[in-house]
Amino acid sequence: MSHIPFEEGLFGIRGPMSFSPATAKPLNELAEILLRNDNNTLSRGERELIGTYVSYLNDCFFCQNIHGAIAGHYLDCNIQFIDAVKNNFEDTPLSDKIKALLSIAGIVQRGGKHVKPEQIEKARSLGATDKEIHDTVLIAAAFCMFNRYVDGLGTWAPPDWQYYVERAPRRAAEGYAEFDLHK
Amino acid sequence: MPYIKTEDLPGIRALLAFSPATSTPIGELANILLRDTEGLSPAERELIATHVSHLNDCFYCDQSHGEIACYYLGGDRDLVNEVRNNYQTAGVSDKLKSLLYIAGKVQKSGKSVTIEDVEQARLQGATDKDIHDTVLIAAAFCMFNRYVDGLGATTPSDLASYSARAKQVAETGYGNHIFTNKQPIAEKI
Repeated sequence: MSHIPFEEGLFGIRGPMSFSPATAKPLNELAEILLRNDNNTLSRGERELIGTYVSYLNDCFFCQNIHGAIAGHYLDCNIQFIDAVKNNFEDTPLSDKIKALLSIAGIVQRGGKHVKPEQIEKARSLGATDKEIHDTVLIAAAFCMFNRYVDGLGTWAPPDWQYYVERAPRRAAEGYAEFDLHK
Repeated sequence: MPYIKTEDLPGIRALLAFSPATSTPIGELANILLRDTEGLSPAERELIATHVSHLNDCFYCDQSHGEIACYYLGGDRDLVNEVRNNYQTAGVSDKLKSLLYIAGKVQKSGKSVTIEDVEQARLQGATDKDIHDTVLIAAAFCMFNRYVDGLGATTPSDLASYSARAKQVAETGYGNHIFTNKQPIAEKI
């Protein structure tokens, strides 16, 4: 049972967003720009992977599965690949630049002060731009917020991966800004 | 010095100026969460933010929001320090103490918040909205603190400058104006 009552049938973050539409609006606008705006040299799939990875590190079931499914949709890959990224991204065929950014995201998850200039320089040496570094840190930081919001209010997450896979295409097509919480 | 090339602005302001598109919803979120007067007061909201930033060892955010709380509390910096160092014995309400406890749990992880923690807050008079806002303020500061320190934002050492920026925020709110307008200067005493 969630810590405060939410509308029946609204799972994960949808319950809190329905409870507080005023804060849902900027939260969703932030997600839309960070994860879906195409004026970005990181692809949507790469950015969703960063969110998925941080949510996995934060042990947030709902977030890692919905964003994992959305990443899978964009990257046209299966759950095994998403699981491989979560468990050991260094061993996957992602680019060295993305691996360096995922590494930074993982460090941000532990705490901002753990990020050291050497890690930033490594990402830069592999081709990461200032904007890509900025966005990686902000995506990781934002998911440290979203994961705590979802779990801190005791929301319920459907346990079946299919639930998330079924919803991924709609989210990918419609985006996060003003999405219908009931669909 | 930040790890990315930014304008020469203090703390989070340099990062907000680097990325105005993301700064717009960030400012909107801060205005709602920290300046809403329904339920928790702005002072209480800023104290929750200060507490979480202190736990996350983010000096810029801790000092900034502590000064904003201080402004709302009529300059009672001692009270803000009491909350920082040991809120359980600070001169704040039992309701706020129970919510600061929840905020501290959120800082560790969302899952560490128990239904008993929430029930304790309800016993002290917390409403659903108070609980929701506490969790989201704490969660949001786990984002802000990581954003600031994760990109190595400049932490001004001039403590008086925090009071000057706090006055600006208390009087004009959060938003992109805090990095587009000239930076407030500490008044010389």
